[in-house]
Amino acid sequence: MNLLLADYLPLVIFFGVAMFIGLALLAAPFLIAPNHPDSEKVSAYECGFPAFDDARMKFDIRFYLVSILFIIFDLEVAFLFPWAISFKEAGLFGFWSMMGFLGVLTIGFVYEWRKGALEWD
Amino acid sequence: MSIATAFFYIFAVVTIASAIMVITVRNPVHAVLFLILAFFNAAGLFVLLGAEFIAMILVIVYVGAVAVLFLFVVMMLDVDFAELRAGYAKYLPVGGLIGAILLAELLLVVSAWTIAPESALRIGERIPGDVTNAEAIGRVLYTRYVYFFELSGLVLLVAMIGAIVLTLRHREGVKRQNIGDQVARDRTAIEIKKVETGRGI
Repeated sequence: MNLLLADYLPLVIFFGVAMFIGLALLAAPFLIAPNHPDSEKVSAYECGFPAFDDARMKFDIRFYLVSILFIIFDLEVAFLFPWAISFKEAGLFGFWSMMGFLGVLTIGFVYEWRKGALEWD
Repeated sequence: MSIATAFFYIFAVVTIASAIMVITVRNPVHAVLFLILAFFNAAGLFVLLGAEFIAMILVIVYVGAVAVLFLFVVMMLDVDFAELRAGYAKYLPVGGLIGAILLAELLLVVSAWTIAPESALRIGERIPGDVTNAEAIGRVLYTRYVYFFELSGLVLLVAMIGAIVLTLRHREGVKRQNIGDQVARDRTAIEIKKVETGRGI
């Protein structure tokens, strides 16, 4: 158990260094940079003219479709990792159960290809 | 206090704090970012339990995919805060009723929940031998729990088809390139003429 956690020591050091550098770069300007704000300096600048409206706007629904299709294949790949590692132990039955799983998802893949869900007009 | 215990408390406190921030911050985009922080710390808790595979899958699937999807949804919603607050009094009775029912159900579940006595013996049980985490899952998932495995495939299929049926709308009048049609076009549809140099047609 502690052996397993010891493997993560480099990761902890990495996160510590990354956090230190990130915070240092954020904090340094407050301490050293000159700061003389006036109303013109702090106002929003959008290529010379005042901002039209809010930055928040409606996205195309197709972004959502692309990301949900990505999640599904992401999960499919996540199932492949333990299968690949324990390939020998799972035996022929494990092999065919994964083929059945991939076959079911291939039906969905063919469906989305034929429907044109992967095209972006 | 060992280092592992200290890390447990760090992860647990940050998880709970960011989970509270998810439901209290005003800006929905900030709420999703706090949700990502909560996922990361939950992954840290799984690592402390020795469940490395689950921890990494949590980071890949939840942080990498689900949180991005949430961000899309939040950005697509076009949230108008004034409009949200306008309906507050109107929906308070219905929302309060649903909340009260949920609370009652949760209390019933928690009060009626007994922990099996033999499960306490299994808490510290390690995976036998020098088998890695993912390998231990792989040994049982594809053979002993094959029905659940195939069922998860069907759930993914339903999600895929559902997302396509609900959101896919093709625009009218968009010209697409169809390479098959182009290659297999009728040669007689056009006429090829040899034009002599300097003559014109």
